[in-house]
Amino acid sequence: MMRLWRRLGLGALSIVLLALLWEAYKAVGPAGGVDMAGLQLLPRTTDLAMPHIADMVIRALEPVNSSAGSAPVWIAVLLAGVSSLGTASVGLLIGSVIGVLLALLMQRFRLAESAVLPWLVLSQTVPLIALAPLIVSWGGRVQIGAFEWERWMSVAVIAAYLAFFPMAVGALRGLQSPDAIHTELMRSYAAGWWKSLLYLRLPASVPFLLPALRLGAASAIIGTVVAEVSTGAKGGIGRLIIEYAQSGSSDPAKAYAPIAVAVVMGLIAAGVVAALGLLLPRYRRNEISA
Amino acid sequence: MKHSTRMWTGMIALAATTVFALSACSPSGTQTPEASDSAGGLTPVTLQLQWFAQAQFSGYYAALDQGYFADEGLDVTIVEGGVDIVPQTVLADQQADFAVAWVPKALASIEQGAGITDIGQIYQRSGTLQVSFADQGITTAADLTDKNVGNWGFGNEFELFAGMTKAGLDPATDVTLVQQQFDMSALLAGDIDAAQAMTYNEYAQVLETVNPATGELYQPSDFTVINWNDEGTAMLQDAVWANTERLASDTEYQDTAVKFLKAVIKGFVFARDNPQDAASIVVAAGSQLGASHQLWQTNEVNKLIWPSPDGIGIIDTGAWDQTVAVAKTAKNLEGSTVITTDPPDTAYTNDWVQKALDELIAEGIDVTGTSFAPIEVTLNEGGN
Repeated sequence: MMRLWRRLGLGALSIVLLALLWEAYKAVGPAGGVDMAGLQLLPRTTDLAMPHIADMVIRALEPVNSSAGSAPVWIAVLLAGVSSLGTASVGLLIGSVIGVLLALLMQRFRLAESAVLPWLVLSQTVPLIALAPLIVSWGGRVQIGAFEWERWMSVAVIAAYLAFFPMAVGALRGLQSPDAIHTELMRSYAAGWWKSLLYLRLPASVPFLLPALRLGAASAIIGTVVAEVSTGAKGGIGRLIIEYAQSGSSDPAKAYAPIAVAVVMGLIAAGVVAALGLLLPRYRRNEISA
Repeated sequence: MKHSTRMWTGMIALAATTVFALSACSPSGTQTPEASDSAGGLTPVTLQLQWFAQAQFSGYYAALDQGYFADEGLDVTIVEGGVDIVPQTVLADQQADFAVAWVPKALASIEQGAGITDIGQIYQRSGTLQVSFADQGITTAADLTDKNVGNWGFGNEFELFAGMTKAGLDPATDVTLVQQQFDMSALLAGDIDAAQAMTYNEYAQVLETVNPATGELYQPSDFTVINWNDEGTAMLQDAVWANTERLASDTEYQDTAVKFLKAVIKGFVFARDNPQDAASIVVAAGSQLGASHQLWQTNEVNKLIWPSPDGIGIIDTGAWDQTVAVAKTAKNLEGSTVITTDPPDTAYTNDWVQKALDELIAEGIDVTGTSFAPIEVTLNEGGN
């Protein structure tokens, strides 16, 4: 317990340090920034480029705009963050299932591994912004009975597309991790593929799956935010980042609230994966670091 | 089997976490059209916008809010755009019944094979400016020589390039072109001498910003603007586009198009006569922009539409031809033009909007706005 508090304290301290660093540079840095041969090396320190931390906090406490019934910025961004986190979770779930299934396929059939793995790597080189409109367009054609494809689902698919890759690679490494001596033992018991999967490979893959899940969760959140920016899906944090950035020159402090929430989303995702790890201590005897 | 029970506990924990995550997922404000619903015998119609809800689209939102669409027997769903959403493509793919798009961008899509038709030219004038600080002395395109000229790219730059070319400048060598973000910070910071701005959006943004020298908001007198309408290289902007194929063969769709245009025009008439209410409607539709910014935008959009001597929505042949001419001749930095050949005859038609206008005139609605006078909008800091 003490260790947890210490870690939380250190985390908070690093945020304070970052804020101090921001303010310190703003105080001493030249207003025009530092540039060398036309290349901007250090940012400008004007209120436009670097608002005071206090201004950001005050702005976050004020209403979004002056229209009646407008919620404070922090509530608006928090609600958007919850919505995006939900979308990212769906994406991560789909991505994990697909990733693990692909890993099982590749572990089971050597041929599948040589056939599928290059495609997995290739899949991650397709730029997200090229993909997003396509997925929205395909999604728009899906209509099964009363089921209607909604735009957040396209966002979740894009998140899944990013998240499945670390899951597939991590799960494959995990499934292949048992030593030959262990697999031979299973074979000597006449255990089939299913049995050795259940009693040997799956337990052995946990130390690989947890870091993969951590990477996958981060990817899912990045994918969600970028896809929301790209497709303009309403209600999410990506949309708010764009909308607040639009008034970036006249209301610069406002734009930092959704960015802060996006960071918090990442922390929450990492926290959930860490908590999951606490439930599985039995399998983490020699966990590899991500 | 101690081993496996532990494992199953872990798996159940995993499942529980994901179920929890799933249940937490309730994305608010989904925007998919409910195309299958035809509530109360209304014809379902989907409209694709180029961007998020804002007063640029005041008339469409006013028509929805005031029930003009329902009066015409239409159940309209307005689908907002996004950074990578191309309304013309959505329309050509038949995922929307109508779309709002700028004419030059739509012309480019038509040349690439999109079967779409301009059926109502809502904006009669271009709203694009080139804004600079007054002390730069940039009042015409010729003054841009040797300046840092901002442009958004992505097909938004052709009026600027045509204007510079017309003034005898070579955009590649006589000016320094700077890729511009969608806020105005680069102009205010001095990185850009002349920045692209829409009258109804970015120009307002600079006027909502505190001038560090005076401690008060920047004033219009602090800036000079180049208006492409005056320079003669303006291109037509927001128009209602319909699917060409359906327009040619589907009589029901033709009927819907007329009704849709009628309601949209009534919406823009409402926005003209009640700018304050129109701005509130857009805010209620979920726009995050501030109230004074939204009212400014409504008012500036009104100025781009009214007065419409031929009636709102009529495509003026002269303005259309100028748009096509600029689209064919103005070269951007990569040396490409918007289009290479004349657009097909199906690219625009006044048939349906004329029908809509005739019906509206019979109803006694003022569709020309000859007596239109813009209101005075006071912008607040941050547009709030």
